[in-house]
Amino acid sequence: MRLRLDLMALIPILWLLSACAGEQSALDPRGPHAEHLARLFWIFLAVCSFVWIAVMVVLLIGTLRRTLPRPNPLSLDPAQERRSTLVVGGAVAATVLTMIALTAISYLSQRHVFAREKAAVTIKVTGLQWWWDVRYEADSPDQTVTTANEIHVPVGEPVTVKLAATDVIHSFWVPSLFGKQDLIPGQDNEIQFTASRPGVYRGQCAEFCGFQHAHMGLLVIALPPAEFQAWLKSQTAPASPPPDALQARGSEIFAAKACIMCHTIRGTSAGSRVGPDLTHFASRKTIASATLEMSRGNIAAWVVDPQGIKPGTNMPNVSIAPDELDPLVSYLAGLR
Amino acid sequence: MTLARTATESDVRDTGLDESELHARLTRTWRTGSRLLERLASVDHKVVGRRYIITAFVFLCLGGLSAVALRMQLARPEARLLGPDLYNQLFTMHGTTMMFLFAVPVMEAFGVYLVPLMVGTRNIAFPRLNAFSYWVYLFGGIFLWASFMLKIGPDAGWFAYVPLSGPDFSPGKRVDVWAQMITFTEVSALAVAVEIIVTVFKQRAPGMTLDRIPLFVWAMLVTSFLIIFAMPAVMVASTMLILDRLVGTHFFNPAEGGDALLWQHLFWFFGHPEVYIIFIPATGMVSSIIAAFARRPVFGHLPLILSLIAVGFLSFGLWVHHMFVTGLPQLGASFFTASSMLIAVPNGVQIFCWLATLWDGRPVFRTPLLFVLGFFFIFVIGGLSGVMVASVPIDTQVHDTYFVVAHFHYVLIGGAVFPLIGGVYFWFPKITGRMMNERLGRWNFWLAFIGFNVAFFPMHILGLQGMPRRIYTYLPEMGWGQLNLLATAGALILFVSFVLLLVNVVASASRGAPAGDNPWDAGTLEWATTSPPAPYNFLRIPFVTHREPLWDNRDSLPVVTGLSVDTREHLSGTVTESFPQLRESSPEPSIWPLLAALCVAAAFLGSIFTPWAVVWGSIPVAVTLTGWFWPKDTPEDEK
Repeated sequence: MRLRLDLMALIPILWLLSACAGEQSALDPRGPHAEHLARLFWIFLAVCSFVWIAVMVVLLIGTLRRTLPRPNPLSLDPAQERRSTLVVGGAVAATVLTMIALTAISYLSQRHVFAREKAAVTIKVTGLQWWWDVRYEADSPDQTVTTANEIHVPVGEPVTVKLAATDVIHSFWVPSLFGKQDLIPGQDNEIQFTASRPGVYRGQCAEFCGFQHAHMGLLVIALPPAEFQAWLKSQTAPASPPPDALQARGSEIFAAKACIMCHTIRGTSAGSRVGPDLTHFASRKTIASATLEMSRGNIAAWVVDPQGIKPGTNMPNVSIAPDELDPLVSYLAGLR
Repeated sequence: MTLARTATESDVRDTGLDESELHARLTRTWRTGSRLLERLASVDHKVVGRRYIITAFVFLCLGGLSAVALRMQLARPEARLLGPDLYNQLFTMHGTTMMFLFAVPVMEAFGVYLVPLMVGTRNIAFPRLNAFSYWVYLFGGIFLWASFMLKIGPDAGWFAYVPLSGPDFSPGKRVDVWAQMITFTEVSALAVAVEIIVTVFKQRAPGMTLDRIPLFVWAMLVTSFLIIFAMPAVMVASTMLILDRLVGTHFFNPAEGGDALLWQHLFWFFGHPEVYIIFIPATGMVSSIIAAFARRPVFGHLPLILSLIAVGFLSFGLWVHHMFVTGLPQLGASFFTASSMLIAVPNGVQIFCWLATLWDGRPVFRTPLLFVLGFFFIFVIGGLSGVMVASVPIDTQVHDTYFVVAHFHYVLIGGAVFPLIGGVYFWFPKITGRMMNERLGRWNFWLAFIGFNVAFFPMHILGLQGMPRRIYTYLPEMGWGQLNLLATAGALILFVSFVLLLVNVVASASRGAPAGDNPWDAGTLEWATTSPPAPYNFLRIPFVTHREPLWDNRDSLPVVTGLSVDTREHLSGTVTESFPQLRESSPEPSIWPLLAALCVAAAFLGSIFTPWAVVWGSIPVAVTLTGWFWPKDTPEDEK
């Protein structure tokens, strides 16, 4: 009975080995730090699995092996007690050594993954209920880039992310690049990671932060350094003026409605910092903190009914007349 | 041994009476009457303990139902069964109920019921305080769940991190309800801890020297000390939170010089020992069950006791491993890696000693032992995944993910609930006088075992695949749907197993086979008395000659005599040798503890709305306490 059980337990473990790839998996590392962490995990898993199997084998044999009935439970065999003492003592010694070894490995690995290099890019990420404000620091203010929910980084170069929060505690976590770090009001945290290949890596807030904790995603987009510089340059520009009458009408609606109370669109009169910067909104891949894909339909859905998509979000449902929707969405979709 | 005595007409002792006369007189002295008022006034540790156990299981049921609701919501991506508001309330209620209203109280409840029996005394120390602690616990639990029903259930998590739980981000009364519920359970837990320590130190039967104390009693003793040292931290924290919310202090407000991390330090300084407050009593249950069913004393009695004490001390040095990703200094964090690894050693000692016991024993595979074997399978996985999360670098990936959810359910359900259910099957015959159904018990075990593993093993993988905790839903493209569906299926199986337990308990309580005094032929003192135990516990106080007194004295236990039979008396002895020192009177039943608990509850409840409730509320509390402690002209007072 118990033997069959142990074999059954192997099935999920094999499954574990095969099921590691995913959108934002810690075991699908795409950078040296995450690779190191994944390796460390596998080492620990191997040691722990060995210990567990050993304990289960002893338990199985110990409970099933034939022993003589003991009419008086107090009549113990002194020789067996001595043997047990030796074996238990040995097992305890082995435990001590294993724990020392694992602690040492963990410590060395910790020193390694938290070691700092000179960063090629420094990004300040501020967590807010329930989105990410992203700023690229530069020497002069006009070179500073502000965006939201997407972090572009150059491939192969160390990136420092400064983490801050202004409302509640959040946690920055992009598993395929690095482990998580909290964003705590009144405290400055910092992590450094490198992406080794171009790609889009998803992350998500990992500290419970209220209603929409579940929909507080972000994307890290790793680009070859030249493309990264081009992207950075394009982001420093203000929004281009509406090219046609429809979009111009949209920009008027944006300015007349509650939208302008919270959002910035550089190059226009919209300058509020409550919500995400929308200057190059349509150049992003997602809407509402990596919740919806960027598309005209989704933009329309989001501006009409944010409370239906993310109940409790700080963006209110603003009444938009049917004939206003198309110009507004066209304008937003034109903010590239 | 006969104590010095001065027998007079009014002072009848148990020395010369025959058994039926003694039984009649002791019953008259110690019984709880059947009228409602008499029941409410009962101070019998068995009556209070039974209430405690039943109440804790009712809360287990509520906590379990909320878990089922959470699992249904997560069974598929973007489900709309629960919105974020209700989901957040439910996971807060689940965690809070399971930790504060089920796990800690149920372990204390078994302690309240069993410790006086195991140490061979007539009642727990401070029995009125014991009744009071139960009422306070009951009112706290009702308060929390009534608030939830009124849609003001707390929703900031059982850990209530500031600033989210602070006045700015949790307006309304929800978090105040949570913080005051903490106060209720603190008061009741501290009361029980004091009672158990005094009972164990002062009321042991003569001859029960320190090294003859049963392992379960040792476990309860260590747990009680943990409660006394850990609870004040959360008491301070929850009071500071209430002050921040109610009277505008800024303990946790960084904008005004407060500190958001201070909450986490205080909370986890309590929160980690809390895990061991739940786990250590369960190890006592494991030791009791293994000794009875392996048919030999547990191997390594002394190492096991030392491990318990070591675990107790070390549990206070681990709290920062809940805070590895808050940006604390690296060297400091790695100290807590080392201490967290270190606690694996005493826990390992316990596992090895139990394995050695089973190895040399001849196990009898009854339901209690099955649950203990399940405990090994599950708890060792949980302990080893604990070794993984103890490592700072690994923790940066798995912290606050479903990996950790899997880890602590393996530890808490495997490490505490499986032994507890085993304990229910083990001690049910003692408590009710009837055996539980073995066939249903096996179904119960296998469904719980399979359901648990199907529910929680996939969560390890989900966590590594990037699924954070406390999310009310997830996007379909994340690819977490199938494993979540599997976990929900497992949770339902686990739930069915608990329904079977309930059916078994209810059916067996009325129709089970009569148990007799010692159905398992176990060795400790609780099996020396009748099942269910008479109100006075033991006809005459046993004299203990061995760690397993009933195995050492197969025919009849030696006893001490000389206690009064017409007034409530128990023996009080020295701490180490348990050499009897004096006959001490034990309080009579009283309705005042209930009234005092009502007044305390009213004061706590009112203080959610105004700080003045503490001031005005203290007046009725003082009145009831005066009634409670009003001197009676008991025989003892006249001497």
